[in-house]
Amino acid sequence: MTALAPTRVGALARGPRPRLKPTTAFAFIGLLAAVALVLLPIASIVFTAFKPTGEVNAFPPTLLPEQWTFANVERITTELPFARLILNSVIFAGGVTAFALVFDSLAAYALARIDFRGRTVLLIVIIASLMIPFQATLIPVYQVVADLGWVNTYAGLIAPRAADAFGIFFLRQFFLALPRDIDNAARIDGASEFRIFRSIVIPNAIPALMTLGIFTFVNNWNDLLWPLVFTTQREMGTLTSGLTLLTGPGGIIPYGVMMAGSLIAILPLLVAFLIVQRTFIESIATTGVKG
Amino acid sequence: MTSLTGSRPTYRPPAPLGGRPRRRSAQDKRDRTALLFLAPALIVLGVFVAWPMVSALRLSFTDASGFGVENWVGFDNYARIFADADILSALFNTVWYLVLFTPPAVAVALGLALAVNNPRLPFRSFFRTAFFVPFIVSLAVSAFAWGYLLDPNVGLLNYWLSSIGIRIGNPLQDPNLAMPVVALVAVWKSFGFYFVIFLAGLQDVPASLYEAARVDGAGPWARFRNVTLPMLSNTLAFVMIFAMIAALQAFDQIYVMTGGGPFGSTQTIVMEIYESGFRRLELGFASALSYVLLAATLLLSIVQFVFFGRRERDLT
Repeated sequence: MTALAPTRVGALARGPRPRLKPTTAFAFIGLLAAVALVLLPIASIVFTAFKPTGEVNAFPPTLLPEQWTFANVERITTELPFARLILNSVIFAGGVTAFALVFDSLAAYALARIDFRGRTVLLIVIIASLMIPFQATLIPVYQVVADLGWVNTYAGLIAPRAADAFGIFFLRQFFLALPRDIDNAARIDGASEFRIFRSIVIPNAIPALMTLGIFTFVNNWNDLLWPLVFTTQREMGTLTSGLTLLTGPGGIIPYGVMMAGSLIAILPLLVAFLIVQRTFIESIATTGVKG
Repeated sequence: MTSLTGSRPTYRPPAPLGGRPRRRSAQDKRDRTALLFLAPALIVLGVFVAWPMVSALRLSFTDASGFGVENWVGFDNYARIFADADILSALFNTVWYLVLFTPPAVAVALGLALAVNNPRLPFRSFFRTAFFVPFIVSLAVSAFAWGYLLDPNVGLLNYWLSSIGIRIGNPLQDPNLAMPVVALVAVWKSFGFYFVIFLAGLQDVPASLYEAARVDGAGPWARFRNVTLPMLSNTLAFVMIFAMIAALQAFDQIYVMTGGGPFGSTQTIVMEIYESGFRRLELGFASALSYVLLAATLLLSIVQFVFFGRRERDLT
């Protein structure tokens, strides 16, 4: 469980930094080149989104636009029910995240802190179910949602992901590592388990909840398969699934417009990520690996 | 991995003076409380994971099509998977994709983590963040971006490559290149995640081991081979499982970039599940395919756990 202690990957420096050696300088330059290559597709999305069509189709191609234009951004909003798709993405990813955080943390609390019969068995079942790929249950999940009469509704889109084995396991690991002196004291004072959960454990688990929340939000915002198979009406799709309609058969569309749509799809995540990146990366690094 | 289900001793209230019966009722109370906490998640997982698993298994032995009568067909669907040339080719493609994706993704992630782990390196946090950025871009959007960069007429990367003498033509229309390209897109999107996990694993390697190795005259390769790699084996196992399972589920960028073509050369299991289940409405057959995917996933996990679990025990 030491994995959950704040092993600070961010505090990378190990002792004082000696003078730069030639090999390190070489590595530094190599890494800079690697960063440039890695960020090239993102740079190309950003710059192409603001390129006039003539420049996008010009040869030889360039990375930067000579003339900047908003025409692509304007066009993408007319190609798709764009505002609606953004709203759907927010409701889907936000709804899944909200439900999953509540349900997962409740279950994780019981698994970490309540000594109930069958706990080990249940934990093993949950860990085993981590191995079930969503794709393997796609068809019957769709049928369950259809039987509930939830096709093309937000409820149907969100419900199958309202709890998640990974989230439960992740939070359980975090809750185990929290000190229990205070909740034992509270228990002796007669506090209910729910009270301890709400007033002691949850406030101390904010970093883990934030990480899981961002992870869940990003995964669902970016998910293609489920919104694709689930929504038969264009108006119920998400931004990610809606964008793919443009590339499909008959969906020939200028690259500039495509990239404008892509930019809008990744921008909220990029901004959010850059704000919380340090905490986020550290907790992925320290919670994902060892249990 | 053995500590996966282990837990610290949980608080047990001191046994009341009343003796056994009352202790039992305290246990009953804890059981009831736990059930209340667990109920919402268990209902969701039961309805949308456990029940669909059972349902898919049953469907896989029928000719269900979503309409009309379902007939029990025994193992016909499974037999068809291993008889139909297209499906066999999709299975083969999935393995080919796994081979094209996993080693490069893991190697790039490990190599960059080793480079960034150098304490003398300036701007380490910057590198860590920059390499992680692609992970938050969806595979679909990654596919758009790479499709554009590799476009034979206006693609920047295609142009750069041809100007240094590497002519790839239209890689997405080339049956030999399409699969490497869709794997490359996934490597680009995923390596940052593995990189961060390796970086964390490297923080846990005691510096004293490196010093001891250095005193013994071990060069950089010997230190990597005899210190880093063994100490990292658990992390490596985790990352490999993750990467291979992700590879088995390849869909998004293939759907966007090639639709399974050219000539079925990028058709994978999940593409087949999607097409048979949601386009051709062969629900029974698609369910059988789903179970093949599930079996492959479980097999990989088990092999990895056994193999790397042993390695770790040998070491300690």
